[in-house]
Amino acid sequence: MTGTATGPDPRTRRKAEQPSARREAMLAKLAELDAEHAKAAAGGGEKYAARHHERGKLLPRERIELLVDEGSAFLELSPLAGWGSDFTVGASVVSGIGVVEGVECMITANDPTVKGGASNPWTLRKLFRASQIAEENGLPTISLVESGGADLPTQKEIFIPGGRLFRDLTRASARRQPTIALVFGNSTAGGAYVPGLSDYTVMVRERAKVFLAGPPLVKMATGEESDDETLGGAEMHARTSGLADYLAEDEHDAIRIGRRIVARLNRRKARPEPAGYAEPAEDPETLLDLIPTDLKEPFDPRDVIVRIADGASTGNEVPFDEFKPLYGPSLVTGWARIHGRPVGILANAQGVLFSEEAQKAAQFIQLANQSDTPLLFLHNTTGYMVGAEYEQGGIIKHGAAMINAVSNSKVPHLSVLIGASYGAGNYGMNGRAYDPRFLFTWPNAKSAVMGPQQLAGVLSIVSRAAAEARGLPFDEEADAGMRAMVETMVEEQSLPFVLSGMLYDDGVIDPRDTRTVLGICLSAIDSTPYEGTTRYGVFRM
Amino acid sequence: MTITRLLVANRGEIARRVFRTCRTLGIQTVAVHSDADTAAPFAAEADLAVLLPGDTPAETYLDIDRVLAAAADSGADAIHPGYGFLSENADFARAVIENGLAWIGPTPRAMDAMATKVEAKRLMETAGVPVLAELYPSALTDADLPVLVKASSGGGGRGMRVVRTMADLAETVRLASSEAAGAFGDPTVFCEPYVERGRHVEVQILGDAHGTVAVLGDRDCSLQRRHQKVIEEAPAPGIADGVRAALHEAARTAGEAIGYVGAGTVEFLLDGDRFFFLEMNTRLQVEHPVTECVTGLDLVALQIAVAEGEALADLLPGHPPEPRGHAVEVRLYAEDPAEGYQPQSGRLTAFDVPSAVVHFDNPTAYGIRLDSGVEAGTEIGTFYDAMVAKVIAWAPTREQALRRLAGALERATVHGVRTNRDLLVNLLRDPVFTAGETYTTYLDGADLAALTRNGYDEQGLRLAGLAAAVADAEERKHRSPVQRGIPVGWRNVVTQPQRTAFDRLTVEWYGGRDGYTSADGATRVVEVRGATVVLEHGGVRRPFTVRLHGDRCEVDSVLGHLALVRQPRFTDPAARVAAGSLLAPMPGSVVAVRARVGDTVGAGQVILVLEAMKMQHNVTAPADGVVVAIEVQAGRQVSAGDVLARVEEDA
Repeated sequence: MTGTATGPDPRTRRKAEQPSARREAMLAKLAELDAEHAKAAAGGGEKYAARHHERGKLLPRERIELLVDEGSAFLELSPLAGWGSDFTVGASVVSGIGVVEGVECMITANDPTVKGGASNPWTLRKLFRASQIAEENGLPTISLVESGGADLPTQKEIFIPGGRLFRDLTRASARRQPTIALVFGNSTAGGAYVPGLSDYTVMVRERAKVFLAGPPLVKMATGEESDDETLGGAEMHARTSGLADYLAEDEHDAIRIGRRIVARLNRRKARPEPAGYAEPAEDPETLLDLIPTDLKEPFDPRDVIVRIADGASTGNEVPFDEFKPLYGPSLVTGWARIHGRPVGILANAQGVLFSEEAQKAAQFIQLANQSDTPLLFLHNTTGYMVGAEYEQGGIIKHGAAMINAVSNSKVPHLSVLIGASYGAGNYGMNGRAYDPRFLFTWPNAKSAVMGPQQLAGVLSIVSRAAAEARGLPFDEEADAGMRAMVETMVEEQSLPFVLSGMLYDDGVIDPRDTRTVLGICLSAIDSTPYEGTTRYGVFRM
Repeated sequence: MTITRLLVANRGEIARRVFRTCRTLGIQTVAVHSDADTAAPFAAEADLAVLLPGDTPAETYLDIDRVLAAAADSGADAIHPGYGFLSENADFARAVIENGLAWIGPTPRAMDAMATKVEAKRLMETAGVPVLAELYPSALTDADLPVLVKASSGGGGRGMRVVRTMADLAETVRLASSEAAGAFGDPTVFCEPYVERGRHVEVQILGDAHGTVAVLGDRDCSLQRRHQKVIEEAPAPGIADGVRAALHEAARTAGEAIGYVGAGTVEFLLDGDRFFFLEMNTRLQVEHPVTECVTGLDLVALQIAVAEGEALADLLPGHPPEPRGHAVEVRLYAEDPAEGYQPQSGRLTAFDVPSAVVHFDNPTAYGIRLDSGVEAGTEIGTFYDAMVAKVIAWAPTREQALRRLAGALERATVHGVRTNRDLLVNLLRDPVFTAGETYTTYLDGADLAALTRNGYDEQGLRLAGLAAAVADAEERKHRSPVQRGIPVGWRNVVTQPQRTAFDRLTVEWYGGRDGYTSADGATRVVEVRGATVVLEHGGVRRPFTVRLHGDRCEVDSVLGHLALVRQPRFTDPAARVAAGSLLAPMPGSVVAVRARVGDTVGAGQVILVLEAMKMQHNVTAPADGVVVAIEVQAGRQVSAGDVLARVEEDA
């Protein structure tokens, strides 16, 4: 591995190729994921990409590839945004965390091959999410701008909330979180405020076009005759208006200048780069053989942890130190390291959260806050236990304690949905609404208020009870149809692509990449200081 | 007399060669060195070192007074001149002797006798040694053509030119004369019949102060480029016993005719079974190691012993040894054979000949000997000869020696500067050469592109490129301030390969979870261990060693050596070279500027003249236009790629 890490080199490792039904099923899901990613990457399609290239322009991902350090990783975020909507998968913008001149940055790039890079409601949500991640983790933002503005048919969903984009930019600057705009093409009307509100702007000669109103609108408004270059050309902005700080000769030059700007930001990460560590004791490749095809079948999260956490090495002699192993065994808690960085891990073991598990979690979260240790939640839960015994045992107040602890915890949180994430279990395990710094989903995961069969069953019981109460006959046939329909609907809605399309996660990832994804996230998190809390809501005793 | 402290009035490998013998004999060593050689290995390894301020040979190694002052200052009692520089300067020898120092070389009188080729030939003719007729340029006719024009002083092929038509005669003589004047301070040139396919065979002799001249065998140095020896071997192959005996006898006669003392070489032109005296070198030859290997003698030790007055009868009791086995030497040069043997300069970032078992000494058993003045880190400059090393193989038969030497060269690590290594390897395997049928002009008009080719064909280049890209990526990862443990080139959404641009190719590859693969999937990286990148292609594992020095990626493998230069991803538009710029084609010095700013020039018109090593190069206008800038003046040292001038093309 690196000069500092020890352990088996992943490149010398042979793939574990034993055929297993689990592996086959997961590979099939991964193939579907690849196909969806390919749709996002295709943007507006071959024809528009070719036309774009003919104009001597680069595609958004080509721009990003040039912008990031050679050989560095790029973690694309929300690649499936807009999935299942009327808009192209990916929402006509690319966002992600990349390393530029050794600095982890939030990079966004409009995809001008998709309707000229026009923003639709999903674009907006994706950009908001990118901006939130940049803010929480103190990442400089680099916007690769080429957008035709708002998608007019959906303007009512864009115009009002869209103002936040510009607000976020200037607030980032106020937080001394650098903002850089590289303008490759259109950046007009509202879009003009992206360069306008960025710390640094670079415009490409004869390509960038930045004005509030183009020639026709100016003509309408004042009768003045003008042209694009006069109103908003790169040369004009660099020499006359001063809106451009740098005039780039071409796209490559703009990216070169952008990199030089980052090189001079003098960014210092809040925490030092960790020293040596070992690769996992078990090959992450074998995660594919581990995950049951049926979500109802539980699996031991320790088998996952040993494949994503650092292996044993000096200073990390025990890869996973389990906390309270004998208490509340349905939730595994303990300390580990990922890429040399300490984490506290909470992972569901048997699906159900009982009072013991909830109390254990609340305590563990407080301990992590005492030692400023980030938390990783591995979801595979069907929710909190129900039934008279548990209600009387205080499951609500214990679940509330867990949610209280999760909600008020101030150390960075990471969530990965590795199986089910149902009901209030999703909340207690730090679901999307609890704002983990990052949340990723495995292709086999599902999330809903409850399992499809349970939900359909509940509906059936309720309607049967209603029929009985009114003394009406119960239509068994209609009930079966209703159950099937509800089951199908909920099943579909709880699939990862749907949830990812709605920005309820930051992406669906290959389980084998989990360690890498978390490593990048934890590294990005270290860009800005964090500290645990001692203040929580009232814990009901 | 007994020598106790010896100064070598030379540099580089020959200085180290002499020092090695001195250490063996228990003699203390003194080096003299120029400013440019301050950090050179020979200066460091001498017991004492004296700086001769300056860089040019004239200010340093050729300055008799300074060298003598250095000897006095360091308390040396003997001077060895090496080869080149002052080694054949009789005035120097005289001055050394007059200063009461032991001179490791022949008597000044013998040196005088052989100093000019014209005089030497007359002397030999008188002694009965066959010589080629001397021709006078003014009396030449078509019937005499072709002829060879030679500088009377000096050697090494400098100033030698062939004339094939009378029309060229005057100009050739003028050029040869000016080159001779510049190189040796003597413009005298002469002509002799030019033998088209002659061989260069020479005989090593050793004379003592008691009137004995011994013959220590012969060498063949026929493989030459532009009259410079490339490969030398002993004994000369394929010579009938009678001819060999006659050659040896002629050499002995030559030595005895001038009362020769010390080591010397009598050079002959062999044309079939006939041979002619060419010249005598009154010094140790560059190629002396091949004679040492096959005879087991230490020629420098013998030179010193003879200078100390010992008799050959005691030094070589009985007869000089019969040659045992066969020895071949190659001269590894920092040069680009495919580009007119342009000398190369720069830092030798790595230098290792792992097969070499001894340095500056005879192997005790058959094996590889290395005589080199450089080490890893040595700067190859433009002031002196660009020889990197002599690699010598000694084996039971010629065939085995050639194969061993080719293998040793192939496995050598030579990084940082371009060398003639591939040419040497190919020549050692060349069917004409291995058959012993080469002649001195064999390389004239040879297909140098083919002769400098190594295993890096299109496919080999692709493999090496991938290995270099991977090594480069690993290096970047280790240098990165963040995410050093994350797989190189990892993407969760993969849309395009990573691209690494080199001067000769752009490599497309994928990184990520499963390691590196070529973009076409045909090659994968199975291991990266230190500098070794192991590729698997077509079921075969192929290790490549890649060393990075700045932008240079030095790749070594079974295919040979390949240097790839990383291309920057971005160029600052301000740094782009303005159109019409004339760049220095090689490192060297500007000898003349022939145009001024504002001059209107025609395409091909000489703007300035560069001199690098032994050649002058005209830098000409690329098109009709106006000179808008001259960036250098005469005397200025320039590096390859420096902007010399700019010509704005006529619209």
